[in-house]
Amino acid sequence: MNWISNFVRPKIRALVKKAEVPDNLWHKCPACTQMIFHRELEASLKVCPHCGHHMRVRARQRLQLLFDEGKYTTVELPETQIDPLRFRDRKRYADRLREATATTAEKEAILVAHGRMDGEATVIAAFDFAFMGGSMGLAVGDGLLAAARLAVMQEAPLIVVPSSGGARMQEGILSLMQMPRTVIAVEQVKEAGLPFFVLLTDPTTGGVSASFAMLGDIAIAEPGAVIGFAGQRVIEETIRETLPEGFQRAEYLLEHGMVDMVVHRRDLRETIINLFRLLRDKRPPAAVVQLPQTGTGSKHGDSTGGTSADGTV
Amino acid sequence: MHNFLDFEKPIAELEGKIEELRHLSDDGEINIAEEVAKLQTKADRLLRQSYARLTAWQKTQVARHPDRPRFSDYVADLVEDFAPLAGDRLFAEDRAIIGGIGRFRGFSAVIMGQEKGADTTGRVKHNFGMARPEGYRKAQRLMRLAERFNLPVICLVDTSGAYPGVGAEERGQAEAIARCIEISLGLRVPMISVVIGEGGSGGAIAIATANRVLMLEHSIYSVIPPEGCSSILWRNGEHAQDAAEALKLTAQDLYKLDVIDEIVPEPLGGAQRGRREAIDAVGDAIERHLFELCRHDGAVLRQKRRDKFLQMGTKGLS
Repeated sequence: MNWISNFVRPKIRALVKKAEVPDNLWHKCPACTQMIFHRELEASLKVCPHCGHHMRVRARQRLQLLFDEGKYTTVELPETQIDPLRFRDRKRYADRLREATATTAEKEAILVAHGRMDGEATVIAAFDFAFMGGSMGLAVGDGLLAAARLAVMQEAPLIVVPSSGGARMQEGILSLMQMPRTVIAVEQVKEAGLPFFVLLTDPTTGGVSASFAMLGDIAIAEPGAVIGFAGQRVIEETIRETLPEGFQRAEYLLEHGMVDMVVHRRDLRETIINLFRLLRDKRPPAAVVQLPQTGTGSKHGDSTGGTSADGTV
Repeated sequence: MHNFLDFEKPIAELEGKIEELRHLSDDGEINIAEEVAKLQTKADRLLRQSYARLTAWQKTQVARHPDRPRFSDYVADLVEDFAPLAGDRLFAEDRAIIGGIGRFRGFSAVIMGQEKGADTTGRVKHNFGMARPEGYRKAQRLMRLAERFNLPVICLVDTSGAYPGVGAEERGQAEAIARCIEISLGLRVPMISVVIGEGGSGGAIAIATANRVLMLEHSIYSVIPPEGCSSILWRNGEHAQDAAEALKLTAQDLYKLDVIDEIVPEPLGGAQRGRREAIDAVGDAIERHLFELCRHDGAVLRQKRRDKFLQMGTKGLS
């Protein structure tokens, strides 16, 4: 039954619904409850035109939004152990994985891609929240390590875009171990002298926030994104009080000095490109130097000959 | 007087009986001593049997046992001339993490760990061993100090997790933990961490990204407490036992997964019944690993620490 309902049925559904017709032409903004026509929503990059609420975007769309002309190449991620603990709660983890693969058409909660930004090679690793809440297990950790290796190899900056509830419980302690592993990935990029940017999107919490996500050279957050360590319910249960307005939202973190800037989705690409340029082109453009004239030197008493005395070429 | 756990009820009953008989034996009856000895043997056997096959949930209870030796007990017994160092130099002193310099079996070392507190006053003072960002920033400061003076770092882990509070979030709990891991990974001195009770998630790994990670036999180390896992995955808190089992949080499972390097055996009936023995066993294990690690130079220690974590996850439970 499980196999049929979790695997076969979604597959059949996916086949039947192959056509690009959205099942709903109108979307309701979860923040202001206004109805938005699907074309308008796509045009506004999934930002509500009425209230500015930034809805989650899938990893592929995120990559498309950031790379030049929306073009990129995804990288085949290394094979990792599947279900190392043979975890089972109400459902088997192996089944949850199959289900996630079937409904998202992705293999894991992360996509690693390379392409160009401002014409320069760039590597981006984007989380896909739709895949088990973007949770970080072995495959995601290995994905980030692969992204770091690729960035170092291409001498390219690395951008990571988390959208994740945290560690993947179903991989137990091995998911916790992705915290140091992803920090190592970050270190490799930094040690190569390359920029490591983090674009914090909704949500960035738990083990993801307490590792690579808080170690960016530059931390940019999307408006309204929930960013923090502990879950809001856990905090409420601990302190037995209601939480302050806007708690753990991007703007709140900005206020408390935890991120560099909060940037609207439509301006992200330009903001990042500008920063890349500032970090890349560090000197005034080379001045045009007059080439010394050759062959006329001796007559005019120029003892240094054809090369200039001050060493400029 | 022991605090008995649920599953220890039969043992508690036997020990109660023994206690009663002892009082009777004052009346001068002869065969009572024999009876007591018999019962004692039975109680010991029962204890050995139940501790030999504790379930993951029972281990969780033992790991949290209020009579288990805590950070301060280890320092009192194993460290001479301990000089506790306070404060993160940024905001506050967090007593959930105690740290300082001391002499461990001849080695000058930086020693730190979470302290859960002995009684109610102590528990409140140490915030039940749940550190705020200040605690982790103090840990960072002490790690840097260790590096500067070329001292090994010894961490004793015992926390249910980092403190989930409004202030802690505002002051960057996530960043404080992340930075702790980053600094641990960069250290050019030996680092050894021992889970002595509860290894709770990010709050634990912050001071457990070490060259050697050891666990006491009945301690636990997990990405989430079983109660939390139950309420998320089973949608109610009633499946903590199942969650404990599924999470594979015992020292034995973690050893099989190659996440830890050694299991330090506990005395019969757990560290709470033989505190001195448990503390000495931990001391011996740390000393042995310290001697091994001191043979390497700084760059090698750093590289080996990284490689250890990079290789993790290739081994599963079969």
